[in-house]
Amino acid sequence: MAKTEKAKLPSWKEVVIGGIIPDAGSAAKYNSGTWRTFKPVWSQEKCIQCNTCWIHCPDSSIMIKDGKVCGIDYEHCKGCGICAAMCPPKVGAVKMVKEEK
Amino acid sequence: MANLKELNKRKELLSGGHRMCAGCASPMIIRQMGLSQEIPLVVGSATGCLEVSTTPNPFTAWNSSFVHCAFENSAATVSGVEAAYRSLRRRGKVKDELRFVALGGDGGTYDIGLQSLSGMLERGPRILYLCYNNEAYMNTGVQRSGATPLGSQTTTAPVGKESIGKKQYPKDLTAIAVAHRIPFVAQASPSHWNDLITKSQKALSVEGPAFMNVLSPCPLGWGYSSEKTIELAKLAVDTCFWPLFEVENGLTWKLSYKPAAKKPITDYLKAQGRFRHLMRPENAAVVEQIQKKVDDDWAALLKRCGAEA
Amino acid sequence: MSKKLLALTGNDAAAYAMKQIDPDVVAAYPITPQTSLMEKFAQFVADGESNTEIVLVESEHSAMSACVGASCAGARVMTATSSQGLALMWEVVYIASSYRLPIVMPLVNRALSGPINIHCDHSDAMGIRDSGWIQLWAENAQEVYDNLLQAIRIAENPDVLLPVVVNYDGFIISHAIENMYIYDNDEVKKFVGEYKPKYTLLDPKKPTTFGSFDLPDYYFEHRRQMAGAMSGSKKVIADVAKEFSKICGREYKFIEGYKLEDAEIVIVALGSTVGTARAVVDDLREKGVKAGILKIRVFRPFPEEEIASALKDKKAVAVLDRADALNAVGGPIFDEVRSGLYKKSNTPVVNYIYGLGGRDMGLAEINKVYSDLADIAKTGKADSVRNLVTYLGVRD
Repeated sequence: MAKTEKAKLPSWKEVVIGGIIPDAGSAAKYNSGTWRTFKPVWSQEKCIQCNTCWIHCPDSSIMIKDGKVCGIDYEHCKGCGICAAMCPPKVGAVKMVKEEK
Repeated sequence: MANLKELNKRKELLSGGHRMCAGCASPMIIRQMGLSQEIPLVVGSATGCLEVSTTPNPFTAWNSSFVHCAFENSAATVSGVEAAYRSLRRRGKVKDELRFVALGGDGGTYDIGLQSLSGMLERGPRILYLCYNNEAYMNTGVQRSGATPLGSQTTTAPVGKESIGKKQYPKDLTAIAVAHRIPFVAQASPSHWNDLITKSQKALSVEGPAFMNVLSPCPLGWGYSSEKTIELAKLAVDTCFWPLFEVENGLTWKLSYKPAAKKPITDYLKAQGRFRHLMRPENAAVVEQIQKKVDDDWAALLKRCGAEA
Repeated sequence: MSKKLLALTGNDAAAYAMKQIDPDVVAAYPITPQTSLMEKFAQFVADGESNTEIVLVESEHSAMSACVGASCAGARVMTATSSQGLALMWEVVYIASSYRLPIVMPLVNRALSGPINIHCDHSDAMGIRDSGWIQLWAENAQEVYDNLLQAIRIAENPDVLLPVVVNYDGFIISHAIENMYIYDNDEVKKFVGEYKPKYTLLDPKKPTTFGSFDLPDYYFEHRRQMAGAMSGSKKVIADVAKEFSKICGREYKFIEGYKLEDAEIVIVALGSTVGTARAVVDDLREKGVKAGILKIRVFRPFPEEEIASALKDKKAVAVLDRADALNAVGGPIFDEVRSGLYKKSNTPVVNYIYGLGGRDMGLAEINKVYSDLADIAKTGKADSVRNLVTYLGVRD
């Protein structure tokens, strides 16, 4: 696996000069979701759309559609649990569950 | 007053997939700052956690333009960017309106980058310098900095038979920035997102330099589990350990938030591994000393802000 | 081409070049003997003769940092410094070249502390010889001016994109007044052209990250690419010199000879000392001694082939270093010249370290070197007269 990846890396003649990265936001291609040990599970029914989870997410992983929270981006969520901790206790729309690998 | 349902339509400054630790406050702070207004930003950062974790070649988490030069020169580097902007605008080569933000951790801001920061604040370019202050050199593994609180355990000021951890109080960098008499200086916390965003908005709209010192809880360095980041940030504010205020033109002090009931400092200390040793009976006097310092600083701040105790 | 003759100091000549180049941003901090350059340039800006944005930073470290920021923003950028200023910049000097930023910097050569000394030697420039900056060296004020104008074109060439330092001797060149030619403003403007950066921070439609974090899977490729740019710059330096010859009337080379072709004994030097040596050579030639000079104008990229071809058939060569490498072998230029001759020639090569901290290098000292060379030529052995390395003009 490591070998094929290495073969794909650009040569010194191909790399972008100076370590410049012209592709803004390209970190999205990296799956930081593999870091998780616990995962947040969001309930559409319970959610009151206060957006408190969204404003506090360190990983830009609370997905928004048409101005509303619509789910969690598991490609990037690292499972820190801040969204669950910030969800108002009476609402409880986000629960942390053990990640099954 | 920011409205989350309006803010969530705005462009995110950071993509997902950056390599900051789970639960780190700094990407949250950067996101909140970035949501404060819609003019495109150009961001620079000192070497540090945020910089290495957001730009591992060939990936960048920045949706804006971003520049990193070295550890101690975020302010000088962005000063160059801003000078280029003014020059190229004058010469008609750049058309877009842009805003400039320089970032640094407490290492890059309080310590090694202080000269560069002071130079920038004195020269007066229109740049927001934001310090994400996690109170130690976290990128290299939790060494003490000029921002580390007294009594905190770090790897270079460790707790031992003869040591309570760091022996000195942190320097008051916010006051140092105020002394430059710049248009806007503020302390903020990601727990009070509305305040942070409003301050960022203001900082980016003044015609000159602005400085924001933002407390950035660090699960690894402070010793707490990652979901408690905002709880810790809020405790820092509610114990008045990290008061929220702003200062205009070096003269007009305004308190941003006054806790309904000021919590005892032990609430904050006992929630963190870095202060755990202070809970031992033999260190009671140290806790008392910290409480007194918090009380004295809070009283002085209230006085400066003309607020009632 | 139209030119006018003016009496200028080396620093005035550099300031004049900067005024004509009219960079978008200059960030600088004063230091002896560079100071009068920046004062003069600041006056040009104050008088509206240059439209440059000057950033008057609080240290040289910040000067180079601001240059890096401005250059990443797509601006044409210059600064200038000397000695300790360069030493303080050192970290960022490496960053500028590795980010492939075409910053141009006059470096008014001065000894490095300590003990502190404000006078000329080359230890500052030699300290950044492995930094990936192209290095041009001037013998006089005219060459300061000419090299600076060419430096912009060399640095900004898309096949190069490396910063360029233009060296000249502190006080000896920087503060001495010489007659020199200044070229017509429009002609200079046309020659330097416009900088068109491929990447910039200032286009919100193409947000770009500069200064990313390179891990072992990318860093080596980026460094290799710099090495390629440095080798590739040779063609560009030659092309730019050819084009510039139409303005200045002579074509600058990597190395320049003085009575070199038929010379038997040769001094290799750079900077103002070459001027002094010319007088000695003229004198020796009248006495029938076949003395010559090889002047190095481009030190980075190092013109190894050119130097080796020019020296391989000589009877004896002395390399003059105005800096000591303190490596227990010899000065930095000596090391490279000797290694360049290796296997191509058995010419004996010796080294003279001279002029540190502004110690005079006069006719007598240079005469001494040629007289040693004449003796070495007789034996064909480098160490036949004295040690391989001689500290010239030091009190024994």
